[in-house]
Amino acid sequence: MREIVMPVIDQEMALLCLLVPILPLLGFILNGLGNRKLAKGLVSFIGCGTVLASFLISIYLFFDFLTNDSRSYIVNYYDWISVGTLRIGFSFLIDQLTLFMMLMVTGIGFFIHLYSAGYMSHDENFGKFFAFINLFMFSMLVLVMGSNYVMMFVGWEGVGLCSYLLIGFWNKNTNYNNAAKKAFVMNRIGDLGFLLGIFLIFMTFGSVSYPQVFAEAVRYAGGLDSGVMIAITLLLFVGAMGKSAQLPLFTWLPDAMAGPTPVSALIHAATMVTAGIYMVVRSNVLYVMAPTTLEIIAIVGVATALLAATIGLAQNDIKKVLAYSTVSQLGYMFLALGVMAFSSSLFHVLMHAFFKALLFLGAGSVIHAMSNEQDIRYMGGLRKYLPITFVTFLIGTLAIAGIPPFAGFFSKDELLAHVYEHNKVMWAFGLLAAFMTSFYMFRLLFLTFFGTFRGTVDQKNHLHESPASMTIPLIVLAALSTVGGFIGLPAVFSSEHVLGDYLAPLYDYARLVNAGALEPLHLDHATEYMLMAVSVGVAVLAIIIAYVMYVSKKVVPAPEEERLSPIHNLIYHKYYIDELYNTIIVRPLMWFSSAFHRFVDVLVVDGIVNGFGKLVMQSGRSLRYAQSGAIGFYVLVMVFSIVLILFLNFFIG
Amino acid sequence: MILTALLLLWPALAALLVLLIKGPGAKKVAFVAALAEFALALVATSYFNIENGGIQLALSIPWVESAGIRFSIGMDGISLLMVLLTTFLVPLIVLSSFKHDYENPNAFYALILFMQTGLIGVFMALDAFLFYFFWEVALIPIYFIAALWGGENRIKVTFKFFVYTIFGSLFMLAAFVYLYLQTPGTHSSDLFAFYQLQLDASTQGWIFWFLFIAFAIKMPVFPFHTWQPDTYTESPTQATMLLSGIMLKMGIYGVLRWLLPVVPYGVSEWAEFVLIISIIGIVYASIIAIRQRDLKRLIAYSSIAHVGLIAAGIFTLNEQGLQGGVIQMLSHGINVVGLFFIIDIIFSRTKTREITSLGGITQNAKTLSIFFMILLLGSIALPLTNGFVGEFLLLSGVFQYNGWFGAVAGLTIILGAVYMLRMFQGVMFGPKSPVTEAFTDLTFNEKAVLIPLVIMVFWIGLFPGTFLSISEPAVGQLLSIINR
Amino acid sequence: MNHIPEVIRTIPLDYYLYFSVALFVIGVIGVLTRRNAIVIFMCVELMLNAVNVLLTALSAYRADANGQVFVFFIMAVAAAEVCVGLAIIVMTYRNIRSTDVQILNYLKW
Repeated sequence: MREIVMPVIDQEMALLCLLVPILPLLGFILNGLGNRKLAKGLVSFIGCGTVLASFLISIYLFFDFLTNDSRSYIVNYYDWISVGTLRIGFSFLIDQLTLFMMLMVTGIGFFIHLYSAGYMSHDENFGKFFAFINLFMFSMLVLVMGSNYVMMFVGWEGVGLCSYLLIGFWNKNTNYNNAAKKAFVMNRIGDLGFLLGIFLIFMTFGSVSYPQVFAEAVRYAGGLDSGVMIAITLLLFVGAMGKSAQLPLFTWLPDAMAGPTPVSALIHAATMVTAGIYMVVRSNVLYVMAPTTLEIIAIVGVATALLAATIGLAQNDIKKVLAYSTVSQLGYMFLALGVMAFSSSLFHVLMHAFFKALLFLGAGSVIHAMSNEQDIRYMGGLRKYLPITFVTFLIGTLAIAGIPPFAGFFSKDELLAHVYEHNKVMWAFGLLAAFMTSFYMFRLLFLTFFGTFRGTVDQKNHLHESPASMTIPLIVLAALSTVGGFIGLPAVFSSEHVLGDYLAPLYDYARLVNAGALEPLHLDHATEYMLMAVSVGVAVLAIIIAYVMYVSKKVVPAPEEERLSPIHNLIYHKYYIDELYNTIIVRPLMWFSSAFHRFVDVLVVDGIVNGFGKLVMQSGRSLRYAQSGAIGFYVLVMVFSIVLILFLNFFIG
Repeated sequence: MILTALLLLWPALAALLVLLIKGPGAKKVAFVAALAEFALALVATSYFNIENGGIQLALSIPWVESAGIRFSIGMDGISLLMVLLTTFLVPLIVLSSFKHDYENPNAFYALILFMQTGLIGVFMALDAFLFYFFWEVALIPIYFIAALWGGENRIKVTFKFFVYTIFGSLFMLAAFVYLYLQTPGTHSSDLFAFYQLQLDASTQGWIFWFLFIAFAIKMPVFPFHTWQPDTYTESPTQATMLLSGIMLKMGIYGVLRWLLPVVPYGVSEWAEFVLIISIIGIVYASIIAIRQRDLKRLIAYSSIAHVGLIAAGIFTLNEQGLQGGVIQMLSHGINVVGLFFIIDIIFSRTKTREITSLGGITQNAKTLSIFFMILLLGSIALPLTNGFVGEFLLLSGVFQYNGWFGAVAGLTIILGAVYMLRMFQGVMFGPKSPVTEAFTDLTFNEKAVLIPLVIMVFWIGLFPGTFLSISEPAVGQLLSIINR
Repeated sequence: MNHIPEVIRTIPLDYYLYFSVALFVIGVIGVLTRRNAIVIFMCVELMLNAVNVLLTALSAYRADANGQVFVFFIMAVAAAEVCVGLAIIVMTYRNIRSTDVQILNYLKW
């Protein structure tokens, strides 16, 4: 068993760790206060520079960590909230997982910042954009670096806020604002689950700090699949559903594409949406103790992957296709988590971050060239005009389709192999989703870059390759998407799984609880080759079909007004899930709001209060007739009353 | 301690001074006087030993000696925080009114200062009748402020407010008289004499209700809240700030000081019931807030929801609930005063508070949007703002009491986001409307009000320990008295 | 002046009691039945004086001066009352040319 992480004493390291999230925060403050006052060059320098510095420090921390026998440590800055036995430190935990996420977030984050400097250069709120995106980096880093669940929640809500601010970045547009609000509210539904999960963790284990919680969990008497464990893990998973856009809380992510494209790439594809996976891997001890929850996660994951993939087949907005693809890929990752392939899931997180960021940035480049046109029905033949974008986009598409030797192949293959071992039916569904992924991605590629241009003449004249600050990130990400997969070669090719070996110590506690659960794959080589062949075959088949349909036959998706077949219509309208939520949740809530106000509050509750007032008024109104004004009457009543009192006093009292 | 007496009486003396000043000079004098009061409170804090959970800086002089009633005041950690909140907010409230030219400014500001004495007296009183006295002293000025400088329906609405709260207070007075008569010997209305009483459970049951009704109306907790939206809407903004920022804390403070430790059996018998109505109130008020069109009314309903959560947390009688309640009182005071001020700014420029007729303000007023956003985030409990610390502790307390209660009460974080963001979007985002076409950004004066508030939002959010440590010994002592 | 109580005591206490009760009842009946404000006023004075007689008698019989002190108070109050009351009656008469209380029933609901 790994020893409990020790607090770091070294002041220098503590400062370095703090600098990683604080630098982007500083960038946020500077750019936020200086919005419109600072020159654009300075703004992008601050914005990119702080993130680059964080990235470099992360690299330094990473190598420092490796040279120190991979000993994880906690840096405690101060007691943030401390009440009774509840002590929440403002502290960071540095271990394999944290460093993995830090490198991914700051690395990809930096390239996307660089890209934004070009992409957003015409926007009047350039400074505001960099401020928000820097704030996002801060929140995301707090999320992955925090050493307890409450710190994770800080980042968790923080990234939600940034997502809200950035989706609604162009806030003159009401639709964008609605999308932003929807994202925030749906995330908050998940956050409530997460928060309740934290409370339950505190009640069960008496702490919220990871090392203590996991050590307590190992000693927990309830054993596997106890009610409390299932409750904790399910509640946390509700949080993940919101943040990582899983069924039933996924509808915000496609709408979130209203934000600027770099935001979609950074927040809604590469980093924030993978927070749910990070959380589950972080809490792997708890999840391993609750197999029922894992089963549910696997089912939710595979269902999300399939559902989103089918919707992706019929979308015509370039970013929407990518968004549904993201939802679908996230479903994959959760499927992997459900079968306890935690490292494979993280592997796919990283690869997905590479190629999905690449695809979004490529899409951004296309949109930039097309003067903000996003509909693929009006594109076509762009490979001549945007050669770099085309090549990099092609690499990204090959990677997501799972064609060897691109990044997605290795991660998806490993993931599916784990699923195959766990449950063959889920594997079949996973494969089906992979087929669809390959199909709609190539559909997107062919419709955008092949054939003839279908847009307006103005757009055609304006077509141009993007500036270097936008293409360099594309090239870097394309390179990573090409070779990234080699950090996790399957067993048939290499005995060493670089990523898997690196992450292995994370599951030390989990192995104590459920030793059999985290064994490596038991598949023989023949089966492994077979699985690879099947998944590649499926992907290639999908590519061929897409080629025949969209290049040879030159099919263009039907325009908006044309009637579609019922199934096509259902998919095109995303199974009417938004409409369904509207009918069963939003409208009743609005109705209750009015009903509570107009009927219950004003009529009933206030009615009772006013009723008391009216009662007093009414009794006054009736009793006043006793005041006849005749003095004789008054005196008579008085005398009579006195006599009565005396009488009562004399005979009764 | 003479300092305590000075702290209590200074605003009343300053009120007399302000009353003598004719014309616009009154507001400046009032502002300086309120600042001096804040400085006094800080001096008092420096004399305060935060390790000690008992009453400090106490002063006790004979008042109605033969009846055992003394003019005794003093502070423990909870009172100190409330006094600090009051003295911090009053100067800002005075400053926030600088752009208005109220008629009879001397009377207006004198009443505000006079009310401050009442408020501080409530937070300091250690004698039941003195507490009752200040309780009513605080009510009268706010009634006149609302009734004289308020909106169209002010007379009707403030009359209802006044009668409703007096109605509640009389129950409290009755309970106090009963408790007073139960004290041994020549009777005493001292707080600690009340704590010593050993009443049987059924007596405690009805005393609980007599006291609770008074406090519940003041807070206000569902279903005693109906005076509040109307009063907030009709009052001038400064009165709304005083009511929501400070006065409703009187009710919560009353529960902490005069209800929980005095009738512990009654509390243990009825706590679950109170929790249930508080939690119903949270969800109910949040849902109503979603479709409010008037900004002030919307914040009024959100305030009911927030206070419901505080009440629920306090009645869990665990340390997190109580500490969360104390810290949330501070946070709520700060956020709600800030939000009402922003509404006042918007109203004074556009002459409307209807969400539907506003929009696009962020295009003209960047600074205002930033401040508005920060206060709003504090209000919807985003981590690292003040609201989070309080709501986290409160929900944690409620969850420990009963998981399902915690889950239902937690709906506030979802619904809060719904109504607040809907409001923000309607007011700040979207296309400009005719009334917001020429909206101007914040003036220096307005920034001077908002900056301290925003600093506090982050201070409490980032370093709640500063405040939690002040109230921790007092809360511990309170719990030990309740669990005696 | 010690002989005054002795003089009073020459008559039995009962007589004083019967007398003052009779006086008081006459006053009450007068107030209830008469309509002229001045007569009602005089009847009120009768009642007050009935009480005064009773107080004096009891004070003398019990050798306690407090009762007689009260009588002085009552006389002083009665005098004040007469001042105000008569003034009101005079004003009423000037206005409505009557002192009939039945006409004076404007102060109602």
